[in-house]
Amino acid sequence: MSTPDQTLEEILGLAAAHFKVPREKLAPDDDFFKSLGIDSLQTLDLLTKLENHFHVELPDYELQGVSDFRTLAGRIQARL
Amino acid sequence: MLNLDQYSSLGAALRDALDRWPNETCLIESDRNREKIRLTYSDFKDLALPLARALQDAEFAAGDRAAIIMTNQSKWLISAYALFHAGGVLVPLDYKLSAAEHLQLLAHCQAKFLIVEYHLWRAIMQAPGFENRKLKTVLVTEVPLRADLAGAYRWEEFRRKGDPVFVPRNRDDAACIVYSSGTGGRPKGCVLTHENYLEQCKSLTAWYPFWPGVRYLSILPTNHAIDFMVGFIGPFVCGACVVHLRTLRPEFVRDAFVRYKITYVSLVPLILKNLERGLRTKFAELSSAKRFLLNRMIAANKLLTRNRPHVKLSRRLLSQVHGAFGGELLALITGGAFVDPSTLQFFYDLGIPVVNGYGLTEAGTALTLNDLKPFRADTVGKPLPGVDLRILNPDADGIGEVAANSKSVMSHYLDDPELTAQTIADGWLLTGDLGRFDETGHLQLFGRKKNMIVTEGGKNIYPEDIETVFDGLPVKEYCVFAANYLWPAKSLGQEVLVLVLRLEQNQEFNEALKADIVARNRRLPDFKRVTGHILWNQDFPRTASMKIKRTVLAEEIGKTLDRATAVVEL
Repeated sequence: MSTPDQTLEEILGLAAAHFKVPREKLAPDDDFFKSLGIDSLQTLDLLTKLENHFHVELPDYELQGVSDFRTLAGRIQARL
Repeated sequence: MLNLDQYSSLGAALRDALDRWPNETCLIESDRNREKIRLTYSDFKDLALPLARALQDAEFAAGDRAAIIMTNQSKWLISAYALFHAGGVLVPLDYKLSAAEHLQLLAHCQAKFLIVEYHLWRAIMQAPGFENRKLKTVLVTEVPLRADLAGAYRWEEFRRKGDPVFVPRNRDDAACIVYSSGTGGRPKGCVLTHENYLEQCKSLTAWYPFWPGVRYLSILPTNHAIDFMVGFIGPFVCGACVVHLRTLRPEFVRDAFVRYKITYVSLVPLILKNLERGLRTKFAELSSAKRFLLNRMIAANKLLTRNRPHVKLSRRLLSQVHGAFGGELLALITGGAFVDPSTLQFFYDLGIPVVNGYGLTEAGTALTLNDLKPFRADTVGKPLPGVDLRILNPDADGIGEVAANSKSVMSHYLDDPELTAQTIADGWLLTGDLGRFDETGHLQLFGRKKNMIVTEGGKNIYPEDIETVFDGLPVKEYCVFAANYLWPAKSLGQEVLVLVLRLEQNQEFNEALKADIVARNRRLPDFKRVTGHILWNQDFPRTASMKIKRTVLAEEIGKTLDRATAVVEL
């Protein structure tokens, strides 16, 4: 199983690739709405991407109130 | 459909609906591609009555308030019906609010009962102030085994045998308390009566009827006035079916249109735009020959639907596009926020009418709707039957504040006579929105008189409500405004909030202050954030009790500063 740090790193990498943003521009505490320039619907796309990668099912509500990569990683880590 | 004139409450009308169409499907619930629940009206009744009985056994009485905090699902509607059957007042709360906000509104409405999904209850249990809750009974759905519920009951087990007593209500009794906004300073709980809903339902279905076999896809939150009406009350009193999805991922929403052959769906402008973007991308990927053909078909459809929609003809001409929406879609419904006319036109040209309307929680659901005779992308339609609209103090262009008189207008704001008196004058609801009627009787909106914004996701944001996040900011004083309130714009759309800062003497706006503002701003949900700041070099005008005189300040800022140069993006 990945460590929380590894999970976070993988999420940052996937988000950068999916939304075509240089990886070095993203930091764990970044607000992903702002740093990726996406809206709430596009974040659902990101969730699908993460599900496929981590082989978990993430209900939409896991994103509720979450806007930074670190918290998102925590939510995913809890389901691994 | 049922003749709503003969009922005195929502509970009575819904009760008859359950008996009138026992074998029709009323609810389908799907999670991703897995259909989880399919209920007939008779099944629905079998699930709701034991819950109503258990509520009554737990001393839930006529006029008691019960809140629901749930995403769109069958248990939302089953619970709501059980509450109405038992004579209760429903408080549908927005599940997207924070747990602290939920607690605040639960306290404000003095709900005795709460019905809530487990993940939301878990958050509420951890929120500050949880120990001070006044809730008597809490029912939680979908609880994992061995979860600690802090004294709450499992919804699925909260049922009793034996017929519950049906508790009649009068038309002027409260049916729902709906919060149109406000958790910060002044919660605005709109008290809507049974009459408000029954009349609203009557006028909406006069223009856009439901019937057995119609399938309404419920995507907007059910706590929202639109979905509550067209995704619950409307379909039920007509024997139609509501489809719930447990996920809003675009790929599953697309599948649902096809799988369930959806007839109507309501969407906020944000999702509508997203759909448009997706379709435009698909069209751009077509080979040039296919694109040429598509454009010819669209042109033909435009010509043939110039005066009114011809859905069957459009389906034949543009079969692939309609097929992607299930082939039985009659209309998309939108409202609650500004919709770009070009988006509306885009769908209409494809033979998919978008029923655009205008409404506010205080007025039930909608005041105006596009009647499609003919379709107009540049207006919010005509007043619904039974709705009387006036333009107050029109300027030289005929633009003034829209005021409404209708049986669907709320009774009052909960526990706020002062705000009620400011909002409803001599029976007319002052909407705070600026509009005018054109020569064909269509209402056009031009902006707002009030300090608020409506997001593309359909949320009302009152700047006063979000100021607390900036408490303790190291400046002399600050205030949040809607930019369009400072600089009245005769347009809607792209509404933003700005933070007005009055710095201490000799203080400079430096990076540390900026970082502090950015960090605080991020504590707010994305749709509530301020987008820029303004430096103001005078003390804020205040009342004797030291409240900021917002109108005076806004006027001074608007007169003195230029929007283009004064607002600095964060």
